[in-house]
Amino acid sequence: MHDDARPPGILTASWLVARKDLAIEFRTRTAFLAAVVFALLGVTIFYFAWDSTAVAAMDLAPGVLWVIFTFSALLGLQRSFGVEQADRAIDALLAAPVEREAIYLGKALANLAFVVGVEAITLPALALFYNLPVGEVFLPLAGVAVLAAIGIVAVGTLFSSMAVNTRLAELLLPMLSLPFFLPIVMTAAQTTARLLAGRPIADAWPWLRILVGFDVVFIVACTLAYPFTVEE
Amino acid sequence: MTDRIQHHGVDSLATSARGTDWILLSGFAALAAVYVRVIWFTPIEASQGSAQKILYVHATSAFVALYLAFALMAVASALYLWLRDETLDRVAESSAEVGLAFTTVVLITGPLWGKPIWGAWWTWDARLTATLFLWLLILGYLLMRGAIDDRAMRARFSAVLGLLTALLIPFIHLTVYLFRTMHPMPIVLKPSQPSMPPEMQWTFFPSFLALTLLFAGLLRARYRYATLRDAVLDMENAS
Repeated sequence: MHDDARPPGILTASWLVARKDLAIEFRTRTAFLAAVVFALLGVTIFYFAWDSTAVAAMDLAPGVLWVIFTFSALLGLQRSFGVEQADRAIDALLAAPVEREAIYLGKALANLAFVVGVEAITLPALALFYNLPVGEVFLPLAGVAVLAAIGIVAVGTLFSSMAVNTRLAELLLPMLSLPFFLPIVMTAAQTTARLLAGRPIADAWPWLRILVGFDVVFIVACTLAYPFTVEE
Repeated sequence: MTDRIQHHGVDSLATSARGTDWILLSGFAALAAVYVRVIWFTPIEASQGSAQKILYVHATSAFVALYLAFALMAVASALYLWLRDETLDRVAESSAEVGLAFTTVVLITGPLWGKPIWGAWWTWDARLTATLFLWLLILGYLLMRGAIDDRAMRARFSAVLGLLTALLIPFIHLTVYLFRTMHPMPIVLKPSQPSMPPEMQWTFFPSFLALTLLFAGLLRARYRYATLRDAVLDMENAS
């Protein structure tokens, strides 16, 4: 790949790790398809969990959307470090002459693509099935979805790397992650509800501010924390 | 074969933990004294009746859990990543578990008071929500600890999770308070009483001291257990 012997910089290395993960996912497509099917099933099943004559689909949608996004994201996050367990591929990755932070960032980048990909299919599906007026607010809504995905991925990638090393393995990931997703789900769902109700984005600003703050704090904290979780 | 030797080794270690645990004992005695004072020597509050007496255990347990137990857990976690001393990991482990016990007391006494006063066992009030999530976070922390056999890895993972939890608490507070102010509860009256009569203060503040003493006793007992457990494991690995 590189003719010179110098190891790649942190950004190049992150990109290489992300590309590797995305290539695996693109060739197998197992986790992505599973997550999309799971999300679509969620959209349809949730509709029948409420009396549609008593609760308008519009009132239901923000909650349903964020519950589904969070849980389908967990499916992708579980695989993130799960794929490295076979043949102890993680050892080779850790032995590579790249910064540990780059491995975390690369994994997080691939997970972000995964989560945003699932969101890109689920959001239009929800709009279709629940008859939501998303036309005018689609861009701000997509922006909120990406901001929330960043927070979910920042925390989830770190916990995924930790969970695979425990006896509980993938069972532990939701237990560790979901309490951390609370501020994300709350801010994103509140913002979504305001956007769908046709209120100006400024109305949701107090919520968005917390979401952005969460993203910044946890990207930095988890990037710094990752090397501690992989030392030998 | 080596069983005998091991048992002797553990015995010599255990003698340090034998005898009466005076701190723990005086903690329980102080708590009993506080109960006596709460039940028989503290006046009944005019508007809330005897339900208000839960405050003496409830608010003080919350204080101990949040400002002593979990603060200690976060500090010990941070110091562990820096100094790599196993002692610090055992302190974090012990304070998390004792803190969980105190938070459980908060979550049980809260609804007991809420039912007669608010008319509901539970409301999604900001403080209640934040406490419940803290309880779940610590439960997850202890579950993770139990699922890792390698001691160094367990210590590192726990320290990272402990620190991230400390970072998360402000965000949970921000969101749940924003949630509450935008959706006012039918009853927003809080049990805080800035002007408490002296007779009540004479129960309230000693109760803080009693529970702090109990915390210290439980923490030390739990820490001793962790030290002995690790020592036994070391001996088993050595043989």
